Amino acid sequence: MRKKFHSQAIINLFYIPAILLFLIFVVFPLIKGVFLSFTNWNGYSQKYSMVGLANYIRFFTDNNVGTAFINTIIYGFGSTFLQTVLGLSFALLLNHKFRGRSVCRAIIYMPVMIAPLIMGYIMYFFVTYDRGAINDILALFGKEAVDWMSDGTRAVFIIMLINAFQFVGVSMVIYLAGLQSIPTMYYEAASIDGVGPWQGLRYITLPMLMPAISSAVMINLIGGLKLFDVIMALTGGGPGYASNSLSTLVQRTYFGSENAGYASAIGLLTFLFIMLISNFFIKRFDKREVTM
Amino acid sequence: MKTESKNVWRTLLALFIAVVYLAPIYILICVALKSPSDVSSYWKFPAQINWTNFDTAIHEGGILLALSNSTFITVCSVFLIVICGAFAAYPLARRRTRLNKGIKSFILGIMMVPPLSILVSLYSTMVQIHGVNSYWGIIMVLVTFELPLSVYLYSNFISSIPRALDEAASIDGCGPVRTFFVIILPQLKPVTASVVILTGIHCWNDYQFSLYMLQKPSMKSVSLAISSFFSQTTSNLNAATAGALLAILPVILMFLFLQKYFIKGMVDSAVK
Repeated sequence: MRKKFHSQAIINLFYIPAILLFLIFVVFPLIKGVFLSFTNWNGYSQKYSMVGLANYIRFFTDNNVGTAFINTIIYGFGSTFLQTVLGLSFALLLNHKFRGRSVCRAIIYMPVMIAPLIMGYIMYFFVTYDRGAINDILALFGKEAVDWMSDGTRAVFIIMLINAFQFVGVSMVIYLAGLQSIPTMYYEAASIDGVGPWQGLRYITLPMLMPAISSAVMINLIGGLKLFDVIMALTGGGPGYASNSLSTLVQRTYFGSENAGYASAIGLLTFLFIMLISNFFIKRFDKREVTM
Repeated sequence: MKTESKNVWRTLLALFIAVVYLAPIYILICVALKSPSDVSSYWKFPAQINWTNFDTAIHEGGILLALSNSTFITVCSVFLIVICGAFAAYPLARRRTRLNKGIKSFILGIMMVPPLSILVSLYSTMVQIHGVNSYWGIIMVLVTFELPLSVYLYSNFISSIPRALDEAASIDGCGPVRTFFVIILPQLKPVTASVVILTGIHCWNDYQFSLYMLQKPSMKSVSLAISSFFSQTTSNLNAATAGALLAILPVILMFLFLQKYFIKGMVDSAVK
């Protein structure tokens, strides 16, 4: 008995390399980050001193943090909302059999392969003021050209749209897989009872898709809250600090303003914030699936 | 008859969506093929196709070097992600002790960590261990942050392999370690395809890690080469775009040929 236990436990050795990597590159930096967040370290010098809670007090009074915080929520929840609605619509459309649907699926999914950074640069040609592709279309309708990215709030929404546009394919593919797993006899039974297509969607499709929706929403939410590359490509967080996400703010505070201690504090609170949101949603969705 | 007219509408709608989704690629191609002095609308296909942008991207932008750097980084990272992930997943899927359950949820929790939240301490740690400006440094960081996805996919897959196979092997005198190599490992092919594709794309497209881990110009990854090309003050947008086109071409081509696997991988990672 004892021997058997030992010989079984030996396979635990298999996860040692993975655990080591996580300890060195995630856990250790996280602990070190807690320490650094109480200092005024500038990122390179040997000398620094402890400043107590100063960085945390600054966090809660810093307007740039407030903006980045709200933007992160818009990037996370705004894109997730759009990806859910559009992804579901695309999936419902492309679940029907008609010519060209598989080509269309592939085309919608293709941008997922493209680096978000490059997608940002491509979108520059659409939103730029001078000869911008969107302004060219506006001109066709006799409208005046708009400098899209000059206004902070508008820039935030455009970046959110771009992220949703690029990754809607992920949701669509998940929903298509979900739709295909719903037995058609449910719809047949419903149509015998005289249920219309909208009611079918409301009372059969959506409830049956709940597991797919919950995983897609989690994936989108985590992706949106981490948003970094597109922002760097399009605005670099500007104009001013208007379109920063918490991620780009950490990067700028560290490499731009050489305020490593403060950047650590922002990073840690960002980490806590995203962990809390993700866990909240995971619990919510788990409950929903059980009661279904 | 009714369904036929409905299908016409569906096709039209799908066509419209497809056009919207192809527009960015179309503009990318147009700009890449236009000479920098051509100031016509971005929507207009170049009257004269101009290949010099690609020359500039290759000779001044160092795109070819960046492509080979990225290939090297991606291949090494994916190799390690596959090995470490498959190994780690075996005990986590087969021995559901309290400890192992805790470790599994810890690993999955890392998927949610935005890497930039630990930027300061991760970067300063890398400086201390001389991992900055080295291939192993960027590879280790990429492997660490992609590993959770790999462990997740492998452990779900291994859980779906019947335990009876393990037991049969053990009756035949196979130890748990040999069971892994003889029974489990040969069955992991389909899920390995998913892991390679998903994490490979992430490594190839990475910007946030390479941005500060690879500062030496000779080590630039594709994303870095493109971004420095775009942000130069005397930027030649057409050549930068040609570079961007070269950077996405390999992934797009792979996607077109291996579409089925790409989509299966995505679905596997989302649905338990």
